[in-house]
Amino acid sequence: MSKTLVIGEMFEGAVRNPTLSAVTFALKLKEIDGAAFDVLLPGSGAADEAGSIKGCGAEKILTAQGDDLETYTAEAYAPLVAEVVGDGGYDRVVCCASAYGKDLMPRAAAILEAGMASDVVDVEKDGDTLVYVRPMYAGNVLARMAVKSDVHVVTVRQSEWGVAETSGAGDAAIESVDAADPEDARGGVEITGFDKLESERPPLTEASIVVSGGRGLKSAENFKMLEELADLLGGAVGATRAVVDAGFVPNDLQVGQTGKIVAPDLYFAIGLSGAIQHIAGMKSSKVIVAVNKDEEAPIFSVADYGMVADLFTVLPEIIESVKKLKTA
Amino acid sequence: MKILVPIKRVSDPDNANKVKITPDGKGVSTEGLSWDVNPFDIYAVETAIRLTENAPKKERLGEVVVMTVGPKETTIQLRRCLAMGAERAIQVESKDEELDSWVVARTIAKVYEEEKPDLVLLGKQEVDGESNQTGQILAHMLGLPQAAFVATMKTGPDADWIELTREVDGGISRSKVKLPAVITVDLRIIGAHAVQNGVTPDDHEYPSENVRYTPLPMINKAKKKPLDEKSMTDLGVDTETRVEYLGFTPPAERQAGIKVETVEELMDKLKNEARVL
Repeated sequence: MSKTLVIGEMFEGAVRNPTLSAVTFALKLKEIDGAAFDVLLPGSGAADEAGSIKGCGAEKILTAQGDDLETYTAEAYAPLVAEVVGDGGYDRVVCCASAYGKDLMPRAAAILEAGMASDVVDVEKDGDTLVYVRPMYAGNVLARMAVKSDVHVVTVRQSEWGVAETSGAGDAAIESVDAADPEDARGGVEITGFDKLESERPPLTEASIVVSGGRGLKSAENFKMLEELADLLGGAVGATRAVVDAGFVPNDLQVGQTGKIVAPDLYFAIGLSGAIQHIAGMKSSKVIVAVNKDEEAPIFSVADYGMVADLFTVLPEIIESVKKLKTA
Repeated sequence: MKILVPIKRVSDPDNANKVKITPDGKGVSTEGLSWDVNPFDIYAVETAIRLTENAPKKERLGEVVVMTVGPKETTIQLRRCLAMGAERAIQVESKDEELDSWVVARTIAKVYEEEKPDLVLLGKQEVDGESNQTGQILAHMLGLPQAAFVATMKTGPDADWIELTREVDGGISRSKVKLPAVITVDLRIIGAHAVQNGVTPDDHEYPSENVRYTPLPMINKAKKKPLDEKSMTDLGVDTETRVEYLGFTPPAERQAGIKVETVEELMDKLKNEARVL
């Protein structure tokens, strides 16, 4: 019988939501393949926080802490993942395709000599084969693939796997596991600091409203209008790659094929034309609003509500209307 | 410093919407599309050249070896990298459909053993297959430290460390990585001051947002640069893949909606029709 291990992600002593998207995937595997699952929480605060996800459907929450796990490095975490997988007899290992999962899981797969399916959006059972569905070519093709090794390593696209419901009430057993010896290469990495992005806004991949801008905004200064709108709506700010390249906003805000993939309830596309690479990152949004001067802009082909207008006229009006709506 | 840069050719990255699924659903046809170097890989080439030059004096200080695994025609993409300034190229012949991240990583590992570079630099992901695995698998295979999605790099002429930043979820991670190492690069690495090698003055401003232009004399010179052609058998690469593609389907199409004329109308639709406000 198959058994899944979910690799959890901790940030500043708390369980990050991507963990619960990976749990949603594990629940799907349980449904189609009967595979029970456990969650591994590595890193600082794991033992204290394990109780908070006891109700997620896992049989066990495994915690691992130690000097080498205090700050994340692939060279220390990958051997831990591989050791827990080996000791526990897991044959499915899953993590969210966050920056952490993308960095960690291929290295863990390398130790496990396992094939890996990246950024999976769906999974099906075809006879005895698990078929992983994943986008390729900027979302223009969905590939159906199988992993040939006994152990399957999988990362899942956060926007396609909702946050699993959980609570501190549940009967998952909490066990601690020992940190594995890090790879020798661990000696070659020294983490010297972390500049936390101070923001009151929700993370881009978890926000229910996203306000994104493109080159049409013209300057970093003008991006403040998008920030104001996002703040009024309790949403996040996103950007196109062109705007990131121009240095208006950090890379961290890039929405698109090679940036963040988002699927909020409401997506504002302001002053962006809608290059296929950008559309690949937001086309699963429930409702899309586009404002662009150019009526031929490709963004209008995916927008539910399009407005052919100068954003510098329209954006202040939208901000005022939202203000009225919020005070009404 | 000697740097190995593995690159991948991809079908025209700006026309990914023109790829077609073959009628039997078993393959993806890129017929009629031109080929180019994967954008993140060309950034890796640019980064490698910046790390090994005195930019104002146009002097080369190290060696950049580019390599690829793929059909014979990939020599075209290797020549482009040579025209940018790389010293040598290695082409390892294979069919695209016989490759996965594991086979590619094993091939790079064999070349690494022959070349013994100080650094392996790759793009963070390919824009066709989008797997984002090769660099990290390779790092473990070689027993080397890894730094993925790197935004800035700083080193010195004889340094055995590279100081770097990675833009990750929630902020910027700073670290030092001992050489030899495997590093994969993100968009920001081609910023005007993103790469500092301790010889090119730190305030030297590279043309931002783009990789270097290759004028005709460079292209002609590149034709004479060494390009070794090897086979998987020469290198003794295990060609067993660990994943298998079963088929391909088109994604659900999203339909265009309506145009609204005024902000008032837009707000009304969002509130009363879509019910998202």
